[in-house]
Amino acid sequence: MKKLLSGDEAIARGLYEAGVSFASAYPGTPSTEILENVSTYDGMYSEWAPNEKVAMEAAIGASMSGVRSFAAMKMVGVNVAADPLFTFSYLGMNGGFAFVSADDPGMHSSQNEQDNRNYAKFAKIAMFEPSDSQECIDMTKEAYRVSEKYGVPMMIRMTTRVCHSKSLVEESDRVEVPAVPYKKQREKMDAVPAISKQRRYVVEEREQKLKEYAEECPFNVVEMHDTKIGIISAGSAYMYAKDALGDKASYLKLGFTYPLPMKKIKAFADSVDELYVVEELDPFMEEQIRQAGIPCHGKDVIPKIDELNPNIVAEGILKEKAEGFDVPDTLFVPRPPALCAGCPHRGFFYELGKRKDTVMIGDIGCYALGGAAPLNAKDLAVCMGSAFSVGHGFSHGFELSDQKKRVVGCMGDSTFFHTGINSLTEVAYNGSNTICVILDNRITGMTGHQENPGTGYNIKGEPATLIDIETVVKALGIKNVRTVNPLDLKVMKETLDWAYAIEDEPSVIITKWPCVLKKFSKEDKEEFDLDMTPCAVDTEVCIGCKKCLSTGCPALRFDNEAKKSGISETDCVGCTVCMQVCPVHAIYKKGDK
Amino acid sequence: MSDVKSVLFVGVGGQGTILASKILTIGLIENGYDVKMSEVHGMSQRGGSVSTQVRFGEKVYSPIIGEGSADILISFEEMEAARYAKFLKKDGKMVVNKMQIPSLPILSGACSYPEGILEELQKRVPITIVDATKIATDLGNPKSANVVLLGSLIGSLGLHNIDWKAIIAKVVKPAFVDINLKAFDAGMAAV
Repeated sequence: MKKLLSGDEAIARGLYEAGVSFASAYPGTPSTEILENVSTYDGMYSEWAPNEKVAMEAAIGASMSGVRSFAAMKMVGVNVAADPLFTFSYLGMNGGFAFVSADDPGMHSSQNEQDNRNYAKFAKIAMFEPSDSQECIDMTKEAYRVSEKYGVPMMIRMTTRVCHSKSLVEESDRVEVPAVPYKKQREKMDAVPAISKQRRYVVEEREQKLKEYAEECPFNVVEMHDTKIGIISAGSAYMYAKDALGDKASYLKLGFTYPLPMKKIKAFADSVDELYVVEELDPFMEEQIRQAGIPCHGKDVIPKIDELNPNIVAEGILKEKAEGFDVPDTLFVPRPPALCAGCPHRGFFYELGKRKDTVMIGDIGCYALGGAAPLNAKDLAVCMGSAFSVGHGFSHGFELSDQKKRVVGCMGDSTFFHTGINSLTEVAYNGSNTICVILDNRITGMTGHQENPGTGYNIKGEPATLIDIETVVKALGIKNVRTVNPLDLKVMKETLDWAYAIEDEPSVIITKWPCVLKKFSKEDKEEFDLDMTPCAVDTEVCIGCKKCLSTGCPALRFDNEAKKSGISETDCVGCTVCMQVCPVHAIYKKGDK
Repeated sequence: MSDVKSVLFVGVGGQGTILASKILTIGLIENGYDVKMSEVHGMSQRGGSVSTQVRFGEKVYSPIIGEGSADILISFEEMEAARYAKFLKKDGKMVVNKMQIPSLPILSGACSYPEGILEELQKRVPITIVDATKIATDLGNPKSANVVLLGSLIGSLGLHNIDWKAIIAKVVKPAFVDINLKAFDAGMAAV
């Protein structure tokens, strides 16, 4: 019986069938569900690592020890993990090694649109690009065979539409792979200049052999139909091309996309009238094909920005434009994502947003939403774990240029463990008066509630060592530290006043309250008063001033005719932020009146 | 790929579009169709606008569609129907839940909920309007509104020959089977 699996679920299945033993990842959309699913299989060790570099390194160690190993990350995570990856490319392995890079063309939930296929070429490794869930299983299994045969780290490059689209797959049994017993081979595994110089030649020879493999790879397939148009494509882009052009074109469908099978490409080019390279984002294949002296179309007709779809391919190649209804844009207004009703970050952002002469630096997580109206509590954000170090540079820059502004950086608990610790180390070691805020909601929120080193649980929900954030902060040498409940606005305000008053030293505020959507742990229930009784508005008392709406809570309503606020009973979880904001005490907890 | 049908589910994060699309895909698979389903996770879950695409036929390639390509659009919310209407084919149709959920800019008073959405859309495309929340509430559980809409969708797609009730009975929790079967019937009858 065929099953409908997402690409992420299918990768987990492929790892299981391939006899992989070790898997590590840091959560990141659209890759998160891979490790979540791996953790449900028996016979595979799985874990959430504090960041992608650590996940990559742990998987490298497992491979060297003798077992098949795996790491998963979103595309920007590969930037974090690039250091070990590039050198591991030179080194020997024992068990096969593969990692997933989940790219996000269209930036559905990412801060940039980088095309990680470039990493395969840059690190001189090998790459598969599945286009549907069955290929996720099949290519994962083949990736381990290739990795062990050629001694090469494998990249499985996915995109949002491969990760999160479901299609039918046939499952098979797990094949146990015996471990390769470790024996010391310093001449292959110790990355020092003398050894790396030798390995450098091995890498180039390996790439030549992989080019030969590419010619024979069962996933690089020619499909001949009409020969006026020839399409070279891979991943989701192949599916879009196939949908758009059907039998009006012939295809060279590539599953193994680095190094490219240039002889096969040349032969295919010779068999068609016009050759088109259909690929999302960069002209990765097109440039290599042109460099081999094969004329082709590519980015002259297919855009390099945003994700593709069948219409875009049809328009580029056939010049056919599909038209939909002309709907007046007055019929809809934006529906941006917002901090949830009861989100503990709301209290912090509400108080921070009122501060003048402050640069507010955000980071990557739900709290990215603190910058939107009406909270307006953010100037900028760069990447995971950067808020404190960017803030440190700002503080010094302001001092050097005599600009009188304070700097507040904020990041979540998981982000703090990711790379925020390094960021705070900079502030502590080199010193600046940056106000560093750790929004500890006891979980990794935006990616859908994964455990992290601060929660006390591991990926399987089993008890794990809890690393206490306040203890870490103090151990770094920060003297001014306060842990507060961000939903208590009076406390939040006083704590910010306290931090602003410290003008010559760093300060850290830890706002500690669990994410409202989280499945509360035993410890959460003991530590926090998690009364979810909703609030309500006494319309007799409400003066219609809309002050409550300035908290940006999606549970609030405003009746324009009656000029009164209201609260949706099904959405409200009784955090009381709006109640504290109301100047006339019109809002009360149900049951209190 | 003319035999491939494309269904676009749209709504607001948390409305239960996923369960409805899941039941649809199970029924289609059990009846021998090739199926692809695509959803976007992440940011959109936080009360933003959400969409799920289901494509089925003898052989489906792309999991997603561009503008002017959906055979049917099922919207769990009125304004979302307008936002995604451009994805419908010229001869497509819509099933729309009679439900308005204000977005943050509306809640904060920056703008107001657009008026006359359904009337404007009706000038362009055949629409089945279903008061799914009321129907579900009358049946005893407002949360089964998504299955009411599923019933209307199945009715509009003309996929009567599949045993949907057996699938619903398998997918939903035992305590909610009865109410969901009634919800499905009511939705189908509303078409």
